Amino acid sequence: MSDLTASQRLDIVRHKGRPTVKDYIPLIFDDFFEMHGDRYFGDDGAVMGGVCRFKGTAVTVIAQVKGRNLEENKQCNFGMPHPEGYRKALRLAKQAEKFHRPVICLVDTSGAFCGVEAEKRGQGEAIARSISEFMTLRTPVISIILGEGGSGGALAMAVCDELAMLENAIYSVISPRGFASILWKDASREREACDIMKITAEDLVELKVCDHIIEEPAGGAHNDCEQTAENISDYISAALKRKLQKGLDELLNERYNKFRVVGEYEENVSADEPG
Amino acid sequence: MLEDLFSVVKTRLSADSKNDEPRRSKTDIPKDLLFKCPRCSNVTFMEEFQNNGKVCPACSYHARLSAKERIEITVDKGSFEEFDSEMISKNPIDFPDYDAKQQALRDKTGLKDAVITGKADIRGEKTVIIVMDSNYMMASMGSVVGEKITRAFEYATENRLPVVAFTASGGARMQEGIVSLMQMAKTSGAVARHDQAGLLYIAVMTDPTTGGVTASFASLGDIIIAEPKVLIGFAGRRVIEGTIRQKLPDEFQSAEFMLQAGFVDMIVERRRMRRTLGHLLRLHKTEEGDVNE
Ligand SMILES: [Zn+2]
Repeated sequence: MSDLTASQRLDIVRHKGRPTVKDYIPLIFDDFFEMHGDRYFGDDGAVMGGVCRFKGTAVTVIAQVKGRNLEENKQCNFGMPHPEGYRKALRLAKQAEKFHRPVICLVDTSGAFCGVEAEKRGQGEAIARSISEFMTLRTPVISIILGEGGSGGALAMAVCDELAMLENAIYSVISPRGFASILWKDASREREACDIMKITAEDLVELKVCDHIIEEPAGGAHNDCEQTAENISDYISAALKRKLQKGLDELLNERYNKFRVVGEYEENVSADEPG
Repeated sequence: MLEDLFSVVKTRLSADSKNDEPRRSKTDIPKDLLFKCPRCSNVTFMEEFQNNGKVCPACSYHARLSAKERIEITVDKGSFEEFDSEMISKNPIDFPDYDAKQQALRDKTGLKDAVITGKADIRGEKTVIIVMDSNYMMASMGSVVGEKITRAFEYATENRLPVVAFTASGGARMQEGIVSLMQMAKTSGAVARHDQAGLLYIAVMTDPTTGGVTASFASLGDIIIAEPKVLIGFAGRRVIEGTIRQKLPDEFQSAEFMLQAGFVDMIVERRRMRRTLGHLLRLHKTEEGDVNE
């Protein structure tokens, strides 16, 4: 695997030719039937989902859509979902639970959309509900971060039994730009932020957040989309095999504990406190 | 009765202000004798503001309370038992100066981190209580906040108790990076288990409830109460103003706005909060031994 800094990887995931879910889905899945709408408000172009087959097994795929050009980006709001996008994702996840299909989430967003309408329709509630429902969803869930995994908007689709990241993907509490502007009041220090935030797949394996790194072709996924799709496909096969052999109660306990153990604190340290 | 409760707050405030603030004199009026409301800019004497339970007399904006003040006006006298009072955060992503900053804040605020948890009685009803404190790094959610809230919900689930959580937060604890983000999943997971056990969770949103806390456990209450005029939202106001390139109206992301939008059940004034919580807890009480499994 290549030895790049976080900011170099950021350049790769922002490369114009970086494949998106629209490239990957036809290469990885068969008979994809797209399903639309959250049944309450509308259909969010930033999240696409449907049912299909993966190597013969029926699965539900839920994916965050980034555009490959301006026209597509208008459709998908530059990959930033509104509340109805999360509610569509959750609807399809509950449907997968009903029909005992595993769920594959493909994550690629700089974050949930920040706007007046998103607030009015409860962006916070939509993400919270998604997180808590995925935590208890009684079917296997595999999430893969393809490019950017930005903040709660990514986490809403990354509460899962196994989290994998493409080799150059990043996953962060806030975009590096937002981080720089909040902490240093200077958004232009984005690259510097990138390199201290611990956001690469390797960093996140170390922090017990990411379970598996999917290799990309030399130079990045844009150099060989088919090869990347094959690598993703191999990973999904292996992950599903691991998860489908477990009982649901065991699976859910492990999912709970996967998140339960993250956090670094100490106790009974009053001695070092002055006065 | 309520007046007594607020005089408790007042006593505590005057005790707290002993620290390092300049001594007050009656001749010149230092700033800390006045309260300027951030919502309506009305200026009142600090004493009047404090006697009013830290509520702006002009617009009824409910100003921030420390976690200790909140506990004192909420729970039955002497009933509070704190959980995990010694827990402090490490530095999971080796963020420069984070340890030193935390130590300085612990010394300054007397808090170990941004949340106090425990069990208590509210008007005779046993409950687990979670209170966030915006004096500590704007109550951002890092390892300690996440762990203590998770443990509080787990304790409540194990002991079949309701949870009352007073939320306040500026969002994620940037200095803990992805570990901060994971606390959203961790706390929401614990809420989900408490929910599945058929137990009551009341979230009380106080000023400000935003970001990752809004997008996790704060929005998952069976009942969501807000204090008047407080800020509730997901994205920061300035972020949105930057996106749409125009000023947002004052009431945007207020408790009243969120009530209208359908995300808050009721707005309750501070002086009625304790009574309201007591009633709601009693309404949801199951008989001893009548455990609904
Ligand atoms: Zn006011």
